[in-house]
Amino acid sequence: MKQSITLNKITQLMGFGFLKPITALFTGKPQKEDVVNFLKKIIVPLLSILLFLGVWQGGSTALFNKEANFKIEKALADQGQAAADEMKACIASGEISCQPNTLPSPSQVWASFKTLLEDHKVISADKLAFKEKTAAMNEKRVAAGKEPITYTGRPSFVDQIFTSLKTVFAGFLLALVIAVPIGVVIGLSTTLRSSFNWLIQIFKPVSPVVWLLLVFMIVKTLTKDSNSDSAFIISFISVGLCSMWATLVNTAMGVSSVDKDYINVAKVLKLGPMQKVFKVILPSSLPLIFTGLRITLSVAWMVLIAIELLAQSPGLGSFVWEEFQNGAIDSNSKIIVAMFIIGIIGFLLDRIMLTIQNMVSFNKNEGV
Amino acid sequence: MAYLELKNVCKTYEDASGGTEVLSNINLTIEEGEFVAIVGFTGSGKTTLVNLINGLIKPTSGEVLFKGVPVTDTSHERGVIFQNYSLLPWLTVGQNVYMAVKEAFPKESKEKLQAIVKDYVAMVSLSPAINKRPKELSGGMRQRVAVARALAMNPEMIIMDEPLGALDALTRGNLQDEILNIWSKDKRTALLITNDVDEGIYMADRIIPLKPGPNATLGPEFTIDIERPRDKTSLNDNETYKKNRNAIIEYLMDIGNERKSVSNETYELPEISPKSFVA
Ligand SMILES: Nc1ncnc2c1ncn2[C@@H]1O[C@H](COP(=O)(O)OP(=O)(O)O)[C@@H](O)[C@H]1O
Ligand SMILES: [Mg+2]
Repeated sequence: MKQSITLNKITQLMGFGFLKPITALFTGKPQKEDVVNFLKKIIVPLLSILLFLGVWQGGSTALFNKEANFKIEKALADQGQAAADEMKACIASGEISCQPNTLPSPSQVWASFKTLLEDHKVISADKLAFKEKTAAMNEKRVAAGKEPITYTGRPSFVDQIFTSLKTVFAGFLLALVIAVPIGVVIGLSTTLRSSFNWLIQIFKPVSPVVWLLLVFMIVKTLTKDSNSDSAFIISFISVGLCSMWATLVNTAMGVSSVDKDYINVAKVLKLGPMQKVFKVILPSSLPLIFTGLRITLSVAWMVLIAIELLAQSPGLGSFVWEEFQNGAIDSNSKIIVAMFIIGIIGFLLDRIMLTIQNMVSFNKNEGV
Repeated sequence: MAYLELKNVCKTYEDASGGTEVLSNINLTIEEGEFVAIVGFTGSGKTTLVNLINGLIKPTSGEVLFKGVPVTDTSHERGVIFQNYSLLPWLTVGQNVYMAVKEAFPKESKEKLQAIVKDYVAMVSLSPAINKRPKELSGGMRQRVAVARALAMNPEMIIMDEPLGALDALTRGNLQDEILNIWSKDKRTALLITNDVDEGIYMADRIIPLKPGPNATLGPEFTIDIERPRDKTSLNDNETYKKNRNAIIEYLMDIGNERKSVSNETYELPEISPKSFVA
């Protein structure tokens, strides 16, 4: 029983409340309402997934047929009946060179997903082999004061995911480091708040693309005489600047709207200014600060893809763009795979933040 | 020289339409070691009066003198128990009290401070809950933490703003006795705000009604000449008790009726909502 309580608490804290019916079914005796709950919360969502796949399959088939008919008619008009028949046979045979290029079906996407994983295995093995091969030589080079040789082959899809995560976390940390302290300072002073409000209101809605260009202008000059990875620097700074506004606004709001009762306590206890900020104001605004950070992280992940794509820095964004330009037969399905991966990672990041947010939150009435 | 003295104190809360005068011409004198209770209807300005005395707000006109010196700020000499317990929800019971003790005795060692915290938490019988957060406590327990926090700072004067207003009758009775115990131990000065006449008579040396606001003033005082320690059960048969109780209630009903007959104006109700006691 104790175990199921903690299990439930964790799933609840994580916002995975929908898992409760399962834990209820497997820990202890299932009740009738547990079964109903199970049907409602597990079976119905599963049905909705099936429906989604069905619509997708139907849609892609229709698009496929339209594209195929168009191809056949074009062959008929340009080269006559014989060419049209040949095209028809070619499409039916599944020959790669003449497949219509359109929305891929679920099964094609699944196949691409597996291909990408295979590809990752191959590249990883390759990398490992390279490392072993060059280990001895690199040791000598380092001893001689030279740069070690590094693997410069094509990154795999999984590598791209990790690159993107690295960029998004760097951007998120930057947003945190800038927005929280500024938000606290602005929140504490009405004068500062009203004098900086225009700046926040104007910069908040600026599109990621413009931020990228701005950062590009500055970083390009700053990194002129160093050989650091400027694409990475540009993209993570842009991500940070785009996404920090929610945290800034929420922190300022949390700090400026601390419950009057807590302020009275601070006054009656005669806390010093620092004590007041760190012991009363910050803890009581933590829930709002984390709400802001949660929005910041999801915005950061959303704009990251666009920014990577534009800045040509490695990651999921450039993966999508390269596949689109590549135009190979399975490019479209790889783009859809990337879409799902982006969505799922975004969802997981949001859940992690929600968990932290729930842990630091308290009910306004709890101390009252 | 009186210990605490309010001279012609008026308080107006400013707002867009100029504001209404909540308190008018309050004159009050409390001697050292006295236990004074102020009774009044909700919304009459009792919390405002308390905040004037503890230094959270300043009078619009008039003077608040504590030991002859005008009150300009809060002070550790005057401990406050707030109407809503105002515990910090992110701290445990022990931490809430510790924060106060640390400010009151900045020179003491950490061990000494911890010992004080332990003592006072034990005094309000909350030792088993010392590591719990306020949300895990019942209303009565939270109120006891607030009492412990105020008393642990060892203030000369205890100011209590309806400290037991939200509690059930049984818990209320227990806490009344606990507060009386602490007060009588080293005869501090105490000011109790309450809306319960019986509570006032049981605990205080003097009871002063606050006429309903706006423009609330203090009414005539009633001296309660009953020997301490007072016994709740036999109090009901005590002549002085009965006489005072009837007089006060009659007075309050009179001013209540007067208010009704004088104006048909509807008063804005204070923002008081029931609190959840079940964590
Ligand atoms: N900070 C404030 N600003 C404006 N009006 C206030 C403020 N605090 C209290 N009041 C008003 O003053 C009156 C008295 O309030 P209060 O002192 O809290 O009464 P009580 O404690 O007796 O219930 C009420 O009408 C209330 O609306
Ligand atoms: Mg009040």
